[in-house]
Amino acid sequence: MTTLATVFEKARAENRAALVGYLPAGFPTIDGAIAAATAMVEAGCDVIEIGLPYSDPLMDGPTIQDAVHRALENGTRIADVMRTVEGVAKSGAATLVMTYWNPIDRYGADRFARDLADAGGVGTITPDLTPEEAGPWREASASAGIDTVFLVAPSSTEERIGIVADCCTGFVYAASLMGVTGARESVGSAAEGLVKRTRPHTALPVCVGLGVGTGGQAAEVAAYADGVIVGSAFIRRLLDAPNEQEGLRAVRELAAELAEGVRR
Amino acid sequence: MSISEGTLITPADFTGAGSAGDVSERGKFGVFGGRFVPEALIPALDEVAAEYEKARTDMAFIREFDHLLRTYAGRPTTITEVPRFAEHAGGARILLKREDLTHTGAHKINNVLGQALLTKRLGKSRVIAETGAGQHGVATATAAALMGLECVIYMGAVDCERQALNVARMKLLGARVVPVTNGSQTLKDAINEAFRDWVTNVDSTHYLFGTVAGPYPFPGIVRDFARIIGVEARRQVLELTGKLPDAVCAAVGGGSNAIGIMHAFIEDEGVRLHGYEAGGRGLETGEHALTLTAGSIGVLHGSRTYVLQDDEGQTIESHSISAGLDYPGVGPEHAWLKDSGRATYHGITDAEAMDAFALLARTEGIIPAIESSHALAGALKLGRDLGPDATILVNLSGRGDKDMGTAMKYFNL
Repeated sequence: MTTLATVFEKARAENRAALVGYLPAGFPTIDGAIAAATAMVEAGCDVIEIGLPYSDPLMDGPTIQDAVHRALENGTRIADVMRTVEGVAKSGAATLVMTYWNPIDRYGADRFARDLADAGGVGTITPDLTPEEAGPWREASASAGIDTVFLVAPSSTEERIGIVADCCTGFVYAASLMGVTGARESVGSAAEGLVKRTRPHTALPVCVGLGVGTGGQAAEVAAYADGVIVGSAFIRRLLDAPNEQEGLRAVRELAAELAEGVRR
Repeated sequence: MSISEGTLITPADFTGAGSAGDVSERGKFGVFGGRFVPEALIPALDEVAAEYEKARTDMAFIREFDHLLRTYAGRPTTITEVPRFAEHAGGARILLKREDLTHTGAHKINNVLGQALLTKRLGKSRVIAETGAGQHGVATATAAALMGLECVIYMGAVDCERQALNVARMKLLGARVVPVTNGSQTLKDAINEAFRDWVTNVDSTHYLFGTVAGPYPFPGIVRDFARIIGVEARRQVLELTGKLPDAVCAAVGGGSNAIGIMHAFIEDEGVRLHGYEAGGRGLETGEHALTLTAGSIGVLHGSRTYVLQDDEGQTIESHSISAGLDYPGVGPEHAWLKDSGRATYHGITDAEAMDAFALLARTEGIIPAIESSHALAGALKLGRDLGPDATILVNLSGRGDKDMGTAMKYFNL
């Protein structure tokens, strides 16, 4: 099975950054998301984050909010998220779930960790779970053998970076800018500094997300980070496509462009 | 001593004894509270917490807050005995704490003045806030105008429509009102949007949170600024009746007016604390905001508390005729008061609230906010239970002028 450790090992051996793609489960449909994520892997994504659609996504910008809203309208449930992870993991990518905390809390931390591991998932990213509240989740994840990824931000103090990095396994997620998810004209100038500030606190790979959407931006980030995370730009391609086939073609094209970017 | 002598508040009044959720506990009320927010906001929350810790024991800050409460908000507010209304409550003695008489017409002014002062101490020039009924938005816009702060208010598009008058008031006060069109387009979505603004503009901006919910340190700060309601009322009831009330009643949405009046009584074991949530069209219809009475423990808007949620943790949309109570979460301190048994929470339907709304107007010449009418309806029931010897203190948290559109429709006026 592909794990985060093997992904980053392979990328390092190829002297490049890893490419991480995000897509919410259930968008545009449950099977549509599996197909799109699989296309992203085939075109060069090393890691896939499957978003767990949540009613109150307070860290997300309009694009992801829109996709998540549609996923919930489609009746996407946690069982569907697990099925999506299972489908995507078959493509050979290390597959994570990105979720706000409450759905796991409600489902039960141990049960969620076990079910995710059973589905072939390798870990979670939990953007609103602070280290102070993360104890039960870290234990549940450790016993299920999955990774726990947390975020550091440009506003994080040295002390906080240390605390967050200590909670991470797999990699550390560095938010490139102060703001919500969404593609932007340029990647935050704070990103490189944040990666540099994070290094002394951890031996884990550091990946950069928020605001990355083009091959050029991927190349720029790949110069200093171990992984490049892209979400809204993929969703945008699917939202703008006239039909599912065109959508698949568009995400495949973007994944290829980004994969080329991380190899420059 | 008359309460108009000296300062209204002292450092001790800020938190009193026996309060949970102070700094040493990092905002924990038993298992409730805490922080569930993006890491990007942690430094800002820490900064607010640290500055507030300094401010609340700084006599200069306390004097300035006190001065504003007295000369701008109109404190102390009086208590009014309402015997004609109380006839409908089995003859129990009912006393109203008149927060409706404050400047802007609701208790929200207490919290916004405190937090606006705190914003200036933080060296920030812009405030944002969420609003449901529009009362917190109006209060925030008022304080921002008073102190020369830029002000942006997030308000659900549905609420903008049903509270058009308050939208106009905010605009007149110089605030920008942003209608929020995602999700249920009500208070919870306005809070989401305000958090998104804050994480983007945190260097210049203070999120002037409107209720005792949200991540630490907000539940404690908002409580402390609202606490003056109960501190005054406790003295006033003692002065008037020579004893403490048998019960204190308040409406609960997010819970700031309720914690404001209840908190000074927590140590008074003989005083029963009753919170009244919006029962909407009734529990069985699923259209209600009965977070404490029918919800379950979860995380919403940065805090562990009771939440209206489905079996997978998705927030369920609430309903109430009163926009101010139309919220699927509640402050963590109320969750703690409920589970510890210190306070009891009940549902009041739209119909019961509107009956109490009309009754107070007819019998006493006071038009209450529909939010506050939930507490009045609760007091009517409680009075019949406790009997004619009981004294019941009710927080009349706001006036009803803003609700006349709803009342016209409801009563065919």
